[in-house]
Amino acid sequence: MNAKLFRQFSFFSATLTFFLLVGIFAVLFDYANESIREFGFKFLTIDTWETGEDGYGGVFGGWVPIIGTLMSTLIAMAIATPLAMGIAIFLTEIAHGYLIKPVSIAIELLAAIPSIIYGMWGLFYFAPIVQELFGGNGVGLLTAGIVLAIMIIPFMAAITRDAMNTTPGALKESAYAMGATTFDVIKDVVMPYSKAGIIGSIILALGRALGETMAVAFLIGSVMSVAHRVTDPTISIPVLLANNFSEAQDLQLSSMYYLALLLFVVSFAVIALAKFYFLRRSV
Amino acid sequence: MNRLVLNKIILLLSTVSAMIGIGFLFWILITLGYKGISSIHITTFTHDMVNGGIRNLLVGQFTMGLVATLIAVPLGMMAGIYLREYSYGSKLAAVLRNLSDVMMSAPSIVVGVFVYAFMVAPFGTYNGWAGSVALAIMMIPIIVSTTDNMLSLVPQELREAGIALGGSKHKIILQIILKAAKVGITTGILLSFARIIGETAPLLFTSSNNQFFTMNMNEQFPSLTVSIYNLATYPDEASRELAWAASFVLTVIVLLINLIGRYATRSK
Repeated sequence: MNAKLFRQFSFFSATLTFFLLVGIFAVLFDYANESIREFGFKFLTIDTWETGEDGYGGVFGGWVPIIGTLMSTLIAMAIATPLAMGIAIFLTEIAHGYLIKPVSIAIELLAAIPSIIYGMWGLFYFAPIVQELFGGNGVGLLTAGIVLAIMIIPFMAAITRDAMNTTPGALKESAYAMGATTFDVIKDVVMPYSKAGIIGSIILALGRALGETMAVAFLIGSVMSVAHRVTDPTISIPVLLANNFSEAQDLQLSSMYYLALLLFVVSFAVIALAKFYFLRRSV
Repeated sequence: MNRLVLNKIILLLSTVSAMIGIGFLFWILITLGYKGISSIHITTFTHDMVNGGIRNLLVGQFTMGLVATLIAVPLGMMAGIYLREYSYGSKLAAVLRNLSDVMMSAPSIVVGVFVYAFMVAPFGTYNGWAGSVALAIMMIPIIVSTTDNMLSLVPQELREAGIALGGSKHKIILQIILKAAKVGITTGILLSFARIIGETAPLLFTSSNNQFFTMNMNEQFPSLTVSIYNLATYPDEASRELAWAASFVLTVIVLLINLIGRYATRSK
């Protein structure tokens, strides 16, 4: 292959992701335009999602799915963060040689399971347990939040582990030599040293949880109302899209693109914060 | 509290977290194996969805996955090569690398509605090409990242040796560096294939689904994952069984590819 062509093609490929991001933003904005002009920023607080009587127009607002997305993510983060930290600590500071490998592989396999499988399993096996313990009808905010947590734990644990592993052995050994317990070392040496990486992993997992579709679609209940108790069914932005996108037209379709745009911008901001600020890769 | 006691408690809690994680893995795998194996018959693999099998779905999902791989691998690898070999250490490379990483975590459903806008809406029909492009968009950033990482492991001396032999930049890349990084990059491609083959959200509004066998990518295209989503919500037992069978097969494929990928890197 021609040297110049090769270089140009590689440059083109490298810039492709940038143009994809710009392209996604432009397309979503273009399709959402009708809804943006109709509802403006009030879209965020309108709590109805109804088509007009003649099938055209209607009132569409993002309040319910936005709250559903935030609440399910919040529950997931509250459960996942301590568990993921625990797993990372186990893998870096507690487990011995022969245990690290199988546990790491198990956690990585957990991360590899497709999200739709989590949804299937959650619906048929986990939802009944939540119903038994907490009441409600099984599917709802809590079930979605817990299964979402199980999904993001391996992801968060893996990045936290990698961050913790960068702590120089000499630092830890010095602390141990001073009589520190393992927890002292974790708290006063490992955590401060790998702080940026740990925060980055939490924020990155948050970004993932916000946009997760399939697991939540099975479990959140898909009801267009705000949940008043954690066991109530509600809906999230990705699930609203997954369920109603293919039948939507005109203003409703545009409103869906408005939601997709919001989701894209928020998760982009969250993930970019994690990547550019906390998880800067040393080249 | 006594710090020795606190230490014990924290270590215990960490161990428990690891056990919870592994517990969920086995819980999911065991129920999946139990429901899946009891739902699988020989006809599951020989019949199409319309007759209670998953043959067309498997073929469809893999066809879209392969087309996506054919799109994503050259683009992703070339991008990785640019970041590592042509613009190493530059500000531009750092920004592009981070943007690619951000793309990796972009919500998959958004990729779906994005592709819908220019590959489905203008033609008025769901089609296999749109599904493949959506999967390719998911795949490119992963390939960029692995290529970049694997090239960074190639010793600098190899590049210098190439230069000393008078090789041009692209000859060195093609004939020395890529050869050295071959195993790592192949593993990366394998793992990213495992990632996208189980995707559902990007396919919902692009390929959608087809109950019949087809290789015509201009029409609605059969998808294993979209079918699982549809089937699981049907009330009848036969549909649910098919959903379990499909889930089991999908998980076995995904985990096997993962284990093979891991084994390949270990033995190196």
